[in-house]
Amino acid sequence: MPLVSLASKKLVLLFTTLPINDKRVPIVTVKSLILDADKCTSCLQCEMACSLEHEGLFSPAFSRIKVFEFEHGKRSVPYTCTQCEEAWCMHVCPTEAITVNSELGTKVVDESLCVGCKVCTMACPYGTINFNTRSGKVTKCDLCDGDPKCAEACPTDAITYGVAP
Amino acid sequence: MTWHKRVLRVDLTSRTVKVEPLNMEWANDYLGGRGLGTKYLMECMDPAVDPMSEKNALIFATGPLTGTACSTSGRFAVVTKGPLTNAIAASNSGGKFGAELKFAGYDLLILEGKADSPVYLLIQDDQVEIHDAGEYWGTTVWHTEEAIKEKHNDPQIKVASIGVAGEQGVRYACVVNDLHRAAGRSGVGAVMGSKNIKAVAARGTVGVPVADAEAFKKVVKHTHKLLEDSAGAKDLTNYGTNAMIDTMNSFGGLPTRNFQDVTFPGADNINPEAMTTPNENNHTNLITNKACFGCTIGCGRIAHIDKNHFSIKDRQQYWHASGGLEYETAFAFGPVIGVDDIDALTFAGYMMNEHGMDPISFGVTLAAAMELFELGVITEADTDGVALNFGNAEALTIMAEKTGKYEGFGQILGMGSKRMCEHFGRPELSMSVKGQEFAGYDSRALQGMGLGYATSNRGACHLRHDCFTEDMADQSGNGKAWPCKTTQDKTAMIDSTGLCLFTTAAWDTEEFQQQISVACGSHWSSERLLEVGERIWNLEKLFNLRSGLTMADDTLPPRLLETPAPGGIAKGRVAELGTMLPEYYALRGWTQEGIPLQTTLDRLGLSDNQKPIAANG
Repeated sequence: MPLVSLASKKLVLLFTTLPINDKRVPIVTVKSLILDADKCTSCLQCEMACSLEHEGLFSPAFSRIKVFEFEHGKRSVPYTCTQCEEAWCMHVCPTEAITVNSELGTKVVDESLCVGCKVCTMACPYGTINFNTRSGKVTKCDLCDGDPKCAEACPTDAITYGVAP
Repeated sequence: MTWHKRVLRVDLTSRTVKVEPLNMEWANDYLGGRGLGTKYLMECMDPAVDPMSEKNALIFATGPLTGTACSTSGRFAVVTKGPLTNAIAASNSGGKFGAELKFAGYDLLILEGKADSPVYLLIQDDQVEIHDAGEYWGTTVWHTEEAIKEKHNDPQIKVASIGVAGEQGVRYACVVNDLHRAAGRSGVGAVMGSKNIKAVAARGTVGVPVADAEAFKKVVKHTHKLLEDSAGAKDLTNYGTNAMIDTMNSFGGLPTRNFQDVTFPGADNINPEAMTTPNENNHTNLITNKACFGCTIGCGRIAHIDKNHFSIKDRQQYWHASGGLEYETAFAFGPVIGVDDIDALTFAGYMMNEHGMDPISFGVTLAAAMELFELGVITEADTDGVALNFGNAEALTIMAEKTGKYEGFGQILGMGSKRMCEHFGRPELSMSVKGQEFAGYDSRALQGMGLGYATSNRGACHLRHDCFTEDMADQSGNGKAWPCKTTQDKTAMIDSTGLCLFTTAAWDTEEFQQQISVACGSHWSSERLLEVGERIWNLEKLFNLRSGLTMADDTLPPRLLETPAPGGIAKGRVAELGTMLPEYYALRGWTQEGIPLQTTLDRLGLSDNQKPIAANG
């Protein structure tokens, strides 16, 4: 039932900032989600904004971005797709349902092509592409077509959208 | 429409579960949370029953805005008859559990009867199961929460549970969710224990829809901005609620040594500055702040204890971070027992969360025990050899743990101050109303607060009204009845929305109206919302009258009514309840004996609820 399984603590902490380096687009102009765990209070406004945008209602279970909490809330870590340069989800997809949006650098799922085989969910090293029980397809972060709602909703600037430093 | 219109009713005696439609007429009259929970409670039990008997019911109630993007939308209420007070108990909590229950598709969870052996309830959308909790019985809240998540292999499950204190009937045991958020007051956790329910675990994927998503987004953007720009909300973010300790200390309203004094010399050692200043071991108490579900304020503190501190030096299991001091905890483990050791306070806070107890009631009960000890009424023979002197930090840490584990003198402390002081023949030393202990505000310096304490339907409580501005401006009791009455109605309404009272730093009734209207898809005026609040207040009053409470319960201890404040801005004053109370009753549309008039009940649509009172006299 959970859309995103709990990644190991070690993995999550490795990726608190997420630069995009896709060779097909000039790096300097590509914006990415910049996640600063030190500023996160675990309010989950990001998860609500994401689920409202993509599912039309408030349901963190279907959010493409997840906040993980460690040690009684000592650290809260927002985490989503890194839009990998070498996107394994894309390469393993048997129906070529995942393509690159060259303008944004995002890897986007075409739901009309996705057959819900879940191979991509196994290929992704980070657990950020997931099977959606509502649609029967996989879902992942698409940066809301360049206007990520999670960044807009974050009250503490733990999630911002910009050119990675 | 943001209600699911679904109520989950569990009969623990027969172990049956059923889903029934939410009574929308009641939802329109009482919103949700505290109000709607109270309405359902009155419909499914007789207020006169013993709160610890299986005839009492326990209701977890979300509000219409719980689980939405409104700031602070994680609130839910636990409504029952309180074993500390014999009055209506509606304890509010944040964290993430309430939103998860709503995401599973339910507005209310009603628990009735009593299981014949320890159980926990697992709610996963439509799948609701009663599981055996034998392996968790006798263990802590922290253990139970982790173990249930592990057992069902889902770290996203949210758990509300009780510790040994709740199992053993500590009168102020609370229901703790998400490790350190609690439906804290009036002993709702003891009711849960009496029903043999160790925990309620929820996981929801149904979500919460709103009537008009575009309009909702626009309104919420506006209300978020109001909070962001509010100086009061910023202070809560930066300092937590504990900033109040400096305000109350300089004002002279900080109850010290069981309300024998109104200022505390050690306040500087436990205030927000002390929380961020490194000690001699270069250890800093505060780590970060943390928000409840949906909250853009984030007043919660995450702290840790110096590993060299006596409380945890040899106990590595407490070397981790956890919930830190908020104002009421700092007051109840600090000034009121004369302790200013910040690590001892933090440790006692851990104990409250781990074992599931209300820090306010525990601290003020310990304060009464310390006064009994210093008066020689009790001795070390009673207290397991611990010198219960004011200022003894070690006594605090020992007794917090003993009470949590229900051991030795902790069993006496677990009675609450009223029953304990009566037990030792000195009832006047209990600083409580209706058996529930005061929060960290002295009624002689804050007269409106005193009136609010005396008339609060759930016993002494600082969150049932808000006369703070009036109290700070004028130390007399003049003109306090009106702000007390109107803010009681307002807070009753806010507690029923699913949002947090702290949003009033930036929001008035108008902002609640806007958010409810766009979420529910029907127009709610501010007047209508305040009437909902007044209706709730009167319904709670009717509950108490049917429970057998009278005007004699709307009072304050003699120490506040007769002994003048020894210092501070209100030096020489006593609580002027005698002049405020008649004015308050009149404004409420009640008789001078504190009973709602027929015209008042008719106006609020509560006439049906009156008959049983007459029957009970």
